[in-house]
Amino acid sequence: MFLSDSDIDAIILTLKLASTVTFILLLLCTPLAYWLARTQSWLKAPVSALVAMPLILPPTVIGFYLLIAMGPNGPIGELSQSLGIGLLPFSFWGLVLGSLFYSLPFVVQPIQNAIEAIGTKPIEAAATLHSTPLSTFIYIVLPLAKPGFLSAAVLGFAHTVGEFGIVLMIGGNIPKETKVVSIQIYDNVEALNYTGAHTLSAVMLIFSLLVLLSLYTLQQQSKSAIFSVGR
Amino acid sequence: MPVLALTNTMRCFTQLCVLVAAMIVNGSVNHAHGTDIKRQHAHIAVASNFIKPMTLLAQDFENKSGHTLTISYASSGKIYAQIIHGAPFDVFLSADQEKPKQLAEKQLIHSNFHITYAIGKLVLWSNTVGHESPIERLQSNQYSKLALANPKFAPYGQAAVAVLDKLAIKEKSRPKWVLGESISQAYQFVASGNAEIGFIAKSQLPKQGAFSTIDQTLHPAIRQDAVLLKRAMNNKSAMAFFEYLQSNDAKKIIQSFDYDTE
Repeated sequence: MFLSDSDIDAIILTLKLASTVTFILLLLCTPLAYWLARTQSWLKAPVSALVAMPLILPPTVIGFYLLIAMGPNGPIGELSQSLGIGLLPFSFWGLVLGSLFYSLPFVVQPIQNAIEAIGTKPIEAAATLHSTPLSTFIYIVLPLAKPGFLSAAVLGFAHTVGEFGIVLMIGGNIPKETKVVSIQIYDNVEALNYTGAHTLSAVMLIFSLLVLLSLYTLQQQSKSAIFSVGR
Repeated sequence: MPVLALTNTMRCFTQLCVLVAAMIVNGSVNHAHGTDIKRQHAHIAVASNFIKPMTLLAQDFENKSGHTLTISYASSGKIYAQIIHGAPFDVFLSADQEKPKQLAEKQLIHSNFHITYAIGKLVLWSNTVGHESPIERLQSNQYSKLALANPKFAPYGQAAVAVLDKLAIKEKSRPKWVLGESISQAYQFVASGNAEIGFIAKSQLPKQGAFSTIDQTLHPAIRQDAVLLKRAMNNKSAMAFFEYLQSNDAKKIIQSFDYDTE
């Protein structure tokens, strides 16, 4: 079992994509999840529904719409062209954008659940002690919801690594730019190079197992933590 | 009113009972004659670039012969993988010659039942009409993305690369390549405007935009082969379809989609 140079390129690219996407998603999803966890607004249901959409939509549907939206006549394409970035399909940042949609619920939901689990008591208690909302967030919410953030990061990362349908649609199969591991495996299968496909698939299999193992270990540890401190 | 509603409900209920009973009887009849019915039926696996012609071929064949077909579409590579792992296909219409050849090496097909059913034509297509034809744009380097099917496994992609090689612009154009997993995806990349020009199959050519026909001497022929799997040697429907595929009726349909035939 040896990995070829293009296998290694694909692995590096995949890790780069997944870390970029996870980083951006954590930044974007934290305020969103906080709002969703605390709001009483009627907007909560529609926003939650929008966030959860990628869970049910087939990735090819998301990819197909992205290809059109990011094209020269699509809204995203017109925006990116007027900003001087050019067109996003077939580029690393196009994949990043697609993955942001695709992995969004996997990051929002664990954080939202963790914040909801804290309940209102610790936050109200902090308020009576004249804590500003920001310091309440930094000193109360963040530490208590830490397991949720960790789950979100692991899930967002892993889900992006496993992405296939969208990349197939908007990637264009460019080495070191959009040719991620799942595409490399697909190419090998289509080209009847089953040995190559086996090697990379085994790597993916072990990776997924390790990720899930760490996730469940994490959850087991955190359960007691939330209940003992939060409630 | 209530009485009327009740009789309506009852009528619906009776109809439902009749329907269910009919289904049960029908099912048991089918079951009893299962072996006979099976013989009148063939499962055809078809490369997805051939969906449109295959739909017409199947209709025409079923009307004329009385046999019925079940058709599965997928990429040739996937169908090949499924066949060597025991998929229940009787006839395989591949998009290339490579997969049928490998099936022959694995002795999964009968050598007497191996034909070229279509020869594809390559065109260079642009979704917009400009001053220059697509081939002139390609040669004068006036584009930022060129779409083609993946030459690693798609025959149209291999043909496209052969053309680029003959025109001596293979290396120069390579950084601008975007590869579709199939010729349909190469089409999609151009149709959505994300690539200015792309090599597609003439059979896919839409009415809008501009295209340049590619001289067939510039690339190896894009031959699409069909094979009869060994498991279908006693399947009359499969045999009949394989025969039909070589008939003039079938050839006429295939040619109407801009393929050549032998």
